[in-house]
Amino acid sequence: MARGKLDLDPVTVRKARSLARKAGKPIVDLARQHTTVSVERATLRMAGLEGADGDGIPWANRLLDVVRADVGLEHGIALPVWDALVRHEAEDLATLAQKAGAGSVTFRLPEGRDAMRARAAARKQVGAGIKRIDSRRRERERLIRKHGDAPRTPWIYLIVATGDIMEDIPQAQQAAREGADVIAVIRSTGQSLLDYVPEGATREGFAGTYATQENFRLMRAALDESSAELGRYVRLTNYASGLCMPEIATLAGLERLDMMLNDSMYGILFRDINPVRTFVDQRFSRQVHARAGIIINTGEDNYLTTADAVEAAHTVTTSQLLNEYFAKEAGLEDWQLGLGHAFEIDPDLPNSFRLELAHALLARELFPNAPLKWMPPTRHMTGDVFRGNLLDGFFNLVGSLTGQGILLVGMMTEAVVTPWLSDRDIALQNVRYVLDATGDLHEDFRPAPDGFIATRAKQVLAETVDLLDAIVDDGLLNAIADGTFGLMRRPADAGRGLDGVARKSSAYYNPASELLEEAP
Amino acid sequence: MTIVRPYGDTTGDGMVQLSFTLPVAHSKVAEGAAVQLANKMGMDPALVVHSKAMGPDFTFFVVYGRVNHLIDTSQVEVVERDYPLLTPKEVNAAIKRGLRRRLVVVGGCIGTDAHTVGIDAIMNIKGFAGEKGLEYYRELKVVNLGAQVSVPQLVDRARAEKADAVLVSQVVTQRDAHLLNTREMSAAFREAYPEDRRPLLIVGGPRFDETMAGELGVDRVFTRGTTPGEVASFLVHRLAPAEVAA
Repeated sequence: MARGKLDLDPVTVRKARSLARKAGKPIVDLARQHTTVSVERATLRMAGLEGADGDGIPWANRLLDVVRADVGLEHGIALPVWDALVRHEAEDLATLAQKAGAGSVTFRLPEGRDAMRARAAARKQVGAGIKRIDSRRRERERLIRKHGDAPRTPWIYLIVATGDIMEDIPQAQQAAREGADVIAVIRSTGQSLLDYVPEGATREGFAGTYATQENFRLMRAALDESSAELGRYVRLTNYASGLCMPEIATLAGLERLDMMLNDSMYGILFRDINPVRTFVDQRFSRQVHARAGIIINTGEDNYLTTADAVEAAHTVTTSQLLNEYFAKEAGLEDWQLGLGHAFEIDPDLPNSFRLELAHALLARELFPNAPLKWMPPTRHMTGDVFRGNLLDGFFNLVGSLTGQGILLVGMMTEAVVTPWLSDRDIALQNVRYVLDATGDLHEDFRPAPDGFIATRAKQVLAETVDLLDAIVDDGLLNAIADGTFGLMRRPADAGRGLDGVARKSSAYYNPASELLEEAP
Repeated sequence: MTIVRPYGDTTGDGMVQLSFTLPVAHSKVAEGAAVQLANKMGMDPALVVHSKAMGPDFTFFVVYGRVNHLIDTSQVEVVERDYPLLTPKEVNAAIKRGLRRRLVVVGGCIGTDAHTVGIDAIMNIKGFAGEKGLEYYRELKVVNLGAQVSVPQLVDRARAEKADAVLVSQVVTQRDAHLLNTREMSAAFREAYPEDRRPLLIVGGPRFDETMAGELGVDRVFTRGTTPGEVASFLVHRLAPAEVAA
C-alpha cells in the first residue's frame, strides 16, 4: 500500500528528522547558554516598560544600557533591576528607567536574601505581562468563535506597504473586503539592523512602516472592525526578525498579532546578523510566539531568490526540517508552523511546473499538519505583466493541488511597481478562479508511483538527508559559515549585533525565560 | 522608414490598449469618463472593452483605440549608459579574466547617517528591484560596514581589505551633509593613497546629482533607482575592462 501521495520511505523521513534534531541540538544548547540585549529588553517590555525618551530611544534601551554598564549583561537584567525596585530606588519601572537614564541610580547584583526578594518581585511583574499575552490569545480564540474563521484554505495572504500606517489601514480594510484572510504590513527595510524598537505611529517610512507597538495596536483595532463587518476573523501579520526579534515578538503577543515572520536563519543569511545573536534571539521569540498562539512564517522562499530553485530545492527542505525542530523545541505546535517555500523555478525550464508540484507536494507530505506558507514567483517576474499573471495562475494551481495552508497572493506587477489597487483586484480574481475552478482537486490528484513527480520528490529528500548528514558532521554554525544556505557565507564570530551577546553567569536569572519554559 | 505608429493587425492602424482605474463607482458615467480620458490621451475612437467595479468606489477599465500620433525614430533621443550593462555571470567572468582574483568592495554610510537602505539595497544579497545585491556576485568580495562609519574608519578598512572600490551611501541631506561628507571622504582617500593606487570612489543617494562627480572628487555618482547590476557593471567597466586585443 502506498504511503501518502509520494510513497515516501518512513525510515528516510525519520532519519531526516533525527538528523535535523542532531544538527539543531548544539545550537539550542548554545542559545540556552547565552543571553542578548534584546532578550533582556523584551523581559523589561513584558514587565510593562513602554515609551521612549525625548530622542526616541526606548526606556527599555536606556535602562538596559545603564544596568549593563554597572553590572554587565551576563547576569540578566531582572536581578539588578528588581533589586533596585525592592530597595525603593524608584516607585515603579518607568521611573527607575528615567532615573537610571539621568544617572541617579546605581545597580548591583544582589545576593542571598536580597537576590531572592528581587527574583520574586521580578517573576511577579513579568508574570503579569505573560498573563496579558495569555488573555490576548484567549481573546483571539473568542473572536474567531464569534466572527467565524477564514472560509477555506489556503488562507489568502495580502500585503500592504504604503509606509504610512494611516494609509495602510484603509488599504488593509479594503483588501479584507476583497477577500484577504491575512493582512501583512510590510516593515521598513532599515528596521532589521536597528538595535531598538522605534516608538509610535509611522507616518513616513522607507518602503514600509516600522514594527512598533502603536502601529500593531492601530492595525489590529482596524482589522477587528473589518472582522465584525465581514463576519470572519481577519488575521494580522508582521515581522519578528532583525536585531530586536525578542522584543517585537513580545509586542506582537501583547497586541494580538496572529502571525509573525520568524525564521531561524534569515537574519544571519540575508542581513548579516551574527549567528549566535540570531539563534539566542530566535529561541526566545519562538517561545513567546508559542505562548501567544501566533503562527510563525519561516523564510525558506528567500533562499530560492538567491540560489537556483532546482539545484537548491533540498536546502529548502533542510531548512524546513531545522525550522521545525527549533520551533517544536521552543514549544510551538504543528498548527503554528507556517513553513515557507516558493514557486521560483525558471519557467523556461522544461517540466518546471512538474518540478514545482514535486517540491510543494514533498513539503506537504513531510509536514502534514503544518499550515505551510506558499510564496509566489518573484525572481522570474520580468515586467511582462501578461506572462506574470499566467505564472501566478500556475502558482495558485500548485497551491490548490498540494493543499497549502497560507497562500501569499502573487502580483503580476511584481518587480514593476508596488501593487496598485487594480493589480490586487486582478491577482485576487486569479486566486479565486483557480481555487473555485479546482475545488477539492487535490483529492483526485495522485502522482503516478515512480513517475516524474514522485521520483523528483524522493530525490530531493535523499539530497536533504545527505546535506543534513554533512551538517551534523560539520556543525550547523560551520555549515552557515560555508555558504550552505542561499549561498551566503556567515561565520559565527562576525556579523552585526555580536556585541549584544553575553554568556550567562551562574547567577543569571530571567523570569520570562523561566515562565516560558514552564507549561502554560 | 523612420515614421512609425502603433501596429495592431494592419500597418498604420495605430491601435493601442490601455488599462487604468478611476476613483468612481461603476456606472454609465464611469464608462463615459473612461472614454473621455482615452480621447484626451489621443485615442480616437476609444472602445471600453472591459469595466469592472473594484469595491464601491473604484472602477477598472480596459480600453482599445486608435491613436493618430506619428513617431520619427530618427528624431528619438536617448541617453546611453557609457558602459555596458552586464549580467552577474558576465561580471564574474570579466573579473576572473581581468583581475585573476576577487574584486574587493568596501562600503558603508558615513557621518551620522543611519540609513542603510541604499547601501544594503546595493550590497546585501537581498538586493533591490528584483536584482540581487553585490554579495551575490561570486567574484566580488563585499565588506559592508553599515551605518555611521567615520571617514578614518572607512579609509583604514579600505586599506586593510586592499579595496579596489569604495561605495558610500548618503541619504540624509540636512544642511548638505551628503555633499560635505562626500568631499571629506574623497579628500581623505586622496591624502591616504597615491593617486594611481587609490580605490575607485563611488557615492550614491537619492539627492545627488549625477553630474557632480568631479566637483565631489569621486569617480561616479549614482542616484535614485540605481540597481546593483548597474554598480557591478560600472566596477567591471573601470577596474576589469575586457582585453583590448582579445
